[in-house]
Amino acid sequence: EEFSPPIHEYPGSVAEVQLGAGSRKPVFLGGQNALYRFEEPQPNPPVVTFDVFDIPMPGLPKPIREHFEDVMEHPGDWAKKAVKDFGANMVTIHLIGTGPKVMDKTPQQAAADIEEVLQAVDVPLVIGGSGDPQKDPIVLEAAAAAAEDERCLLASANMDLDYKKVAKAAVDYNHAVLSWAITDINMQKTLNKYLMKEGLTQNDIVMDPTTCALGYGIEFSIDVITRTRLAALKGDTDLQMPMSSGTTNAWGSREAWMKKEEWGPTEYRGPIWEIVTGLTMMLCGVDIFMMLHPQSVKMLREIGETFTK
Amino acid sequence: MAVTAMDVYRLLPKTNCAKCGEASCMAFATKLSEKETDLELCTQLSANEADKLADVLAPAVREIMIGKGNKAMMVGGDEVLYRYELTYYNPTPLVIDISDDMDPAEFEERVKKIEGTEFERTGELLTLDAIALRNKSGDVSKFKEAAEKLKSSKLALVLCSFDPEAMKAALEAVGDERPLIYGATENNIEEMAALALEYNCPIALFVPNDLEKMKELSRILRTKGIKDIILDPGTFVNDGIGDTLDNFVMMRRLAVEERDDDFRFPILGVPAIAWLDNGEDDINTAIKEATIAATLMDKYADMMIIHGTEIWELIPVLTLRQSVYTDPRKPQAVDPGLYEFGEINEDSPVALTTNFALTYYTVEGDLKAGKANGYLLVLDTEGRAVDVSVAGSQFNGKAVADLIKETGIEDKVKTRKMVIPGLGAPVSGEIEDESGWEILVGPRDSSALADFLREKM
Ligand code: B12
Ligand code: SF4
Repeated sequence: EEFSPPIHEYPGSVAEVQLGAGSRKPVFLGGQNALYRFEEPQPNPPVVTFDVFDIPMPGLPKPIREHFEDVMEHPGDWAKKAVKDFGANMVTIHLIGTGPKVMDKTPQQAAADIEEVLQAVDVPLVIGGSGDPQKDPIVLEAAAAAAEDERCLLASANMDLDYKKVAKAAVDYNHAVLSWAITDINMQKTLNKYLMKEGLTQNDIVMDPTTCALGYGIEFSIDVITRTRLAALKGDTDLQMPMSSGTTNAWGSREAWMKKEEWGPTEYRGPIWEIVTGLTMMLCGVDIFMMLHPQSVKMLREIGETFTK
Repeated sequence: MAVTAMDVYRLLPKTNCAKCGEASCMAFATKLSEKETDLELCTQLSANEADKLADVLAPAVREIMIGKGNKAMMVGGDEVLYRYELTYYNPTPLVIDISDDMDPAEFEERVKKIEGTEFERTGELLTLDAIALRNKSGDVSKFKEAAEKLKSSKLALVLCSFDPEAMKAALEAVGDERPLIYGATENNIEEMAALALEYNCPIALFVPNDLEKMKELSRILRTKGIKDIILDPGTFVNDGIGDTLDNFVMMRRLAVEERDDDFRFPILGVPAIAWLDNGEDDINTAIKEATIAATLMDKYADMMIIHGTEIWELIPVLTLRQSVYTDPRKPQAVDPGLYEFGEINEDSPVALTTNFALTYYTVEGDLKAGKANGYLLVLDTEGRAVDVSVAGSQFNGKAVADLIKETGIEDKVKTRKMVIPGLGAPVSGEIEDESGWEILVGPRDSSALADFLREKM
């Protein structure tokens, strides 16, 4: 019998989402009609977005801090360095300072930070809140207005906050929304449906099915993300959006940050932890990665690009 | 696709005689299909029927033993493409290479390092599995001598040479220990196959980036009656990693979905290739090797040869292996109940955690490292972490009050005060109400627990 490559036919496909418009160079996510490149060339390489914060982030691990020490006071400079020196495709500006228990910055101040970053770089932005369910929707609304027509990704809409407000801000000011569920496909489906009821389409939504870090439940993420991508290709229209990974969760793992002689230097352990976490998610179908360490970003991009060649 | 209980049941005697220890043939069939019992336990089958069943039950990927006795390791055995469909079997052995041209002291030191490498995680000791001896010298007698030396190692062996002469010499030394012959290629397949048969050893087939040829050569080995075959489609680094991945995925699909008998064998990946012609420094090369190892671990490598031995490079790979191979059907949990640390008496402090394996062993490690004395109550959260079980409310006041009663801790200590994890703060009031104990919310991370017990209790 002859050898023939095992190629599948897929009834469904992943929607393509454009991030960046107006004064931004656009980046495209998703668009796959197949699982692997030997079945069909993959349309878009994976994208890495570099984490930047609106405050000098006291908790950042040392291997990251040392690269950004000089720019941490100004999110614009920080973003510029990520793009210029480390080749970020995109930048995520986390508005951590708006957290009521952090600095309680006002939505107006958040909008000013967004303007600073928009001025500094011409890559598309992800705009993240502080994680406070009361405040995030109003912060994201103000940020969305400040970045009108630039097609940022608003992070995030989830079941614990006023996702309608976030969706409306995206529709009104031409942005996309990150739809975040916690390792739960049914929750993801429901949330996506709700968001589409608010006027967003498949091309305006990116999903974050949650990245549990290497050693901290990565197997749960592997299963959920694999099943989500397979569902998309099988034709489930509620799950056909590209996926995002909060790869920086890797830095929460002890093995990444804890000083321990027997484990060798954190300088190397940390970046590998982030690479392996991101890479594993990439192999399950994730399209965009939120990351922190320059070396991890470089390695992930290099590998990612070969998968679309 | 994996075999179903129904497929198995059809071939059983259907007498429900219960001699296998199960109540019925159906129950036995269910267990067989989940690999939780052995076919031999049914005593009511004819040899012919048993063979037929064994065939149906054979995993999509053949399970192969390398090494013997207490050096034996199992490779392959997988049934599914995705772990959530069942589970993956036989965690990918990590084989570390060593060359036959090293000076004796260096050689010995490397063997020691390979054997001694270990990393403890969630109560499990993660270690390296085998040694791959490379005939780097190209010299027949050097290869044999080095193989001889490895006889005293406690690990299984892979013999790496494409020269049948050298392979024969090494097999004369260690052929009775079932090393993996690595390997056969297009050019030496006849000679290597003869050695595999003569010494009854498993053999690896190396056919770089050409699955059509791989199929052809695999068929040749099979026709000769060789059953224990391992397939190496080549590991390519840099731009080639995409091809490598394609080959691995195609081979596994052919085995699992198409049941293509030429591909129903374990796949060997060789991340060690990263070290060949490395223009980069050792650190970057080690990071690259770990990255390739992770890629192949995620996508179907059943066995890998690695060169780097730095612990910081191996920890992520070992951890990924542990994660990918955990059985999704079983909670990762420890027994709930009462645990003791250090010296205890009726004035000892009491702390609480959950029975998720990762949580428990992290806390245990921290208590031991901090030389803490005291009791640890372990709550049954069905194997969930602290914040997960708070969110899912398995961690609640009533459950903790019940745990206090069941363990009899109130008879062992005079205190009625307990530290709970920082992340358990939302339920501290509830626990006080249900148990009548005073609750102290402890630090968020258990690394600070030992000091907390000393200072605050
Ligand atoms: C993996 C994971 C899961 C896995 C479960 C893994 C498991 N077996 O527990 C799955 C996918 C199943 C899951 C499910 C859910 N999850 Co979840 N999950 C996580 C994740 C990513 C990691 C958890 C983990 O493994 N931590 C590691 C262990 C070791 O940590 P730990 O148990 O807390 O132990 C540490 C400390 O508590 C402390 N400690 C422990 N014991 C003690 C004792 C004392 C005395 C002291 C002082 C300290 C101490 O030290 C330990 C080491 O640092 C977290 C996010 C995160 N934290 O990164 C979310 C997270 C916990 N999940 C969350 C949620 C909401 C859920 C769900 C409710 C979602 C859903 N859709 O249903 C479900 C709940 C399921 C249920 N309980 O029924 C939220 C919780 C939010 C909140 N606080 O309300 C989190 C924080 C994610 C988030 N950011 O929103 N989850
Ligand atoms: S021993 Fe065989 S025949 Fe008897 S119950 Fe078990 S499976 Fe059925």
